Amino acid sequence: MTEVVPSTKACAVNPLKVSPALGGAMAFLGVDGSLPLFHGSQGCTAFALVLMVRHFHEAIPLQTTAMSELTTILGGADNVEAAIGNIRERNQPKLIGILSTALTETRGEDIGAELKAMRERHPEWHDLDLVYASTPDYGGSLEEGWGASVKAMIETLVPEERGPRTLRQVNVLAGSHLTPADAEEIREIIESFGLSPLILPDLAGSLDGHVPDHHIPTSLGGTPPAAIRELGRSAVTFAMGEHMRPAAEALTRRTGVPFRLFDHVTGLAASDAFIAALMEVSGTPAPERVKRERSRLIDAMLDGHFFFEGKHIAIAAESDLLLAVAALLAAMGAHVGAAVIPCPSPAAARVPAARVLVGDLGDLEKAAHGCDLVIANSHARELAERLGLPLFRLGFPVFDRLGGPQRVSVGYRGTRCLIFDLANLLLDHAAGAHAAVGGNAHELLEEEHHAQAQAG
Amino acid sequence: MLKDKLAKVFNEPGCSHNQEKSEKERKRGCSAKSLTPGAAAGGCAFDGAKIALQPITDAAHLVHGPIACEGNSWDSRNSASSGPTLYRTGFTTDLGELDIIHGGEKKLYRAIKEIVHERHPPAVFVYVTCVTALIGDDVEAVCRAASERLGTPVIPVNAPGFAGSKNLGNKLAGEALLDHVIGTLEPETTTPFDINVLGEYNVAGELWQVQPLFARLGIRILAPITGDARYHQVAAAHRARVNMVVCSQALVSLARQMQERWEIPYFEGSFYGIADTSMSLRTLARLLISRGAPADLLERTEALIAEEEARAFAALAPYRERLAGKRVLLYTGGVKSWSVVSALHEIGMVIVGTSVRKSTDEDKERIRELMGEDAPMVDQIPAKQMYKMLSDGEADILMSGGRTQFVALKTKTPWLDINQERHHAYAGYDGMIELVRRIDGELNNPVWPEIRRPAPWDAAFGSAGEAEPVAAEMHA
Repeated sequence: MTEVVPSTKACAVNPLKVSPALGGAMAFLGVDGSLPLFHGSQGCTAFALVLMVRHFHEAIPLQTTAMSELTTILGGADNVEAAIGNIRERNQPKLIGILSTALTETRGEDIGAELKAMRERHPEWHDLDLVYASTPDYGGSLEEGWGASVKAMIETLVPEERGPRTLRQVNVLAGSHLTPADAEEIREIIESFGLSPLILPDLAGSLDGHVPDHHIPTSLGGTPPAAIRELGRSAVTFAMGEHMRPAAEALTRRTGVPFRLFDHVTGLAASDAFIAALMEVSGTPAPERVKRERSRLIDAMLDGHFFFEGKHIAIAAESDLLLAVAALLAAMGAHVGAAVIPCPSPAAARVPAARVLVGDLGDLEKAAHGCDLVIANSHARELAERLGLPLFRLGFPVFDRLGGPQRVSVGYRGTRCLIFDLANLLLDHAAGAHAAVGGNAHELLEEEHHAQAQAG
Repeated sequence: MLKDKLAKVFNEPGCSHNQEKSEKERKRGCSAKSLTPGAAAGGCAFDGAKIALQPITDAAHLVHGPIACEGNSWDSRNSASSGPTLYRTGFTTDLGELDIIHGGEKKLYRAIKEIVHERHPPAVFVYVTCVTALIGDDVEAVCRAASERLGTPVIPVNAPGFAGSKNLGNKLAGEALLDHVIGTLEPETTTPFDINVLGEYNVAGELWQVQPLFARLGIRILAPITGDARYHQVAAAHRARVNMVVCSQALVSLARQMQERWEIPYFEGSFYGIADTSMSLRTLARLLISRGAPADLLERTEALIAEEEARAFAALAPYRERLAGKRVLLYTGGVKSWSVVSALHEIGMVIVGTSVRKSTDEDKERIRELMGEDAPMVDQIPAKQMYKMLSDGEADILMSGGRTQFVALKTKTPWLDINQERHHAYAGYDGMIELVRRIDGELNNPVWPEIRRPAPWDAAFGSAGEAEPVAAEMHA
């Protein structure tokens, strides 16, 4: 059993945690025509916006209720109402996702109830979806905020009814550990079984880095709000990540659509489980392409395991992402030398490591001594340098590399990519590793010569 | 307490912008208008205070609040250090729900203690945030107690985000320095050539571009406030002979109060643009002489200016041919809205618009001086309108901050970062050469014609060339 060790420090050093409102906003960006609105002071929005811009290299539509000291004390419902009116007029979004912050939650406001009254006052808002998610800073990190937003979308938009189901339609509640490219990969895998997936949120539609041919002041694509309303008509829900469990449970409660939780779909075993589920739901055998990808992954594992064997790897990431990578590393023969997550999570107990620390990058720096590789976000670049270790950038934010959002690490193909990327980094930095590969090739040539000489 | 402070900074005799306002307008503060919910952008007072003080590189900067304030913002500024790196470490009390219910003072004290015991910094700056202001944590009292018991200066920075804009936060940071830092230490030595530079944060190493100029004149920066600063330098800043205020809006109030307390004269100058750099050096020399520096300083300064200007103009000359007539949309604020203009004029570029969003009346006057009465001054341009301007080809390049970066890029228009997040330094004579070099590199990058070529499925395809020879070959 993995021991989960809570932090006892009063001072967080180099935070791994971001605000749940940021995570919540990111989930809303995976909905088409949406605009997330932070209910807080201006800075709350500005910081989250800058960080997401640096990570995605895209314009991030994000707005603020611009709370001042006075409006905070008096109550911010008026600001929320004014903000919705202004955003509707200027940006014409299909959906506004309202996210609370520590500031407005500390004051204690019931925005959910206020929204009903606002709607009555504004019949002209009939074509606008409003979703309120409670995402105070003291309630977690990116995953918690993301999960809370998806749950709020379901509870606000999905009708409470058990109607006829479309048996070829499946829901995917995608966790924050999936990149836009991961969402795309999952869509393609599901479609290859002749099924149509409804992915929520779908960052592949919005934050995949495309250049639209006109100006769009909201998210540039993603799950259409109309599709969210259809979630109750699917045959099954696949929830990706422990932090999507509350959203999946809410959907089942409302609509009766059963759900199946996958911690992740990275690694051979996890990908197999996902494919098996698709075979079962679709009633069709796996397509040839999928079979071929599995074979390629196995080949990559055969080629790659030498470089993972016996290595100690330090990882800091949001819980579900850490679990996905740690499981793969363990399967390849590496040890999780240090594991740090920002907040407690049931997923932590399933991490293949002796201990998981709830903490920050300061804790990672202390625990990573003697490891061979650090896996963490870009904030860890300086600590990795101080430790003299290579850094594999993963998670959020990755701002000093291009293409992070386009990295695929799900399914057979994605896992193979991840193995190659990790193995190449280990190869670059391991003493004598080049010699090992070269030596190996040399031996092979000698063997061949030998065989030829004997044949001759 | 914060209220008194705000009333004080809202009435700034050293700020002409401020003095032009009526009594009532002045009480409303520095933001041009109150923030519009749902249509506001930009940082907060906490952000401004942190920007101003964090470049004190050997100090620890502790943010007292829930995670967003530091968790979402640390490690995002390019203020460079020539030595210590402690300022790059993100410290926060990361308040949880229980801390907020019971109050965060004890946790704050413990956090300061942990920092002092593990890192031994010369000082700890503690930043109040919205939530800790709201729950009424007495941060000043905790800092006082910690200073006494731990034997390390612990400085409260009372600039919670909801107090106002980033600019207000800069000013409140200046107040924190006046109340708790400047004048608390004596410098080891003083010279008649000692100056402070206020409001220059060494972004991308810009301070280092002008420091060699000072060095050649024998001028010493006693305290950079605060780019690449050490705590003891700032604490001893009251012994400088002259204060130079760069980007006046942020710290002019600090300069004025230093003049009142320690009789240090100040002037507002800029290191952006050739003419301005020269003017700043000249003014600095005159003021130092008026305070006892030898009179030959001015002659030496003029000689340096003549030499440097000749060198800079010679370096810019080759770019004239490549850049003359190209149209620039300059979307920045304050000093840069005009200081960059003169450099662009020098190489024959055409300014199709310069934003005056955050500019003072003097800034606007300077723009008119440079470009005449019909100067194309623009206010806020909504993203949609800017997208249209750039799509229609009204400018060849947009120079702005990161916020409008993607508006330009998505229209396939060249873009150059001239704001906070930039990685290239543009100060002094060398900085201006670097700026022009980068404008040229960006404008003439072959990527632009390449990505503007029509797609194979567009009607215009073929006529663009490229594809036809390949097709012909295939037939052959």
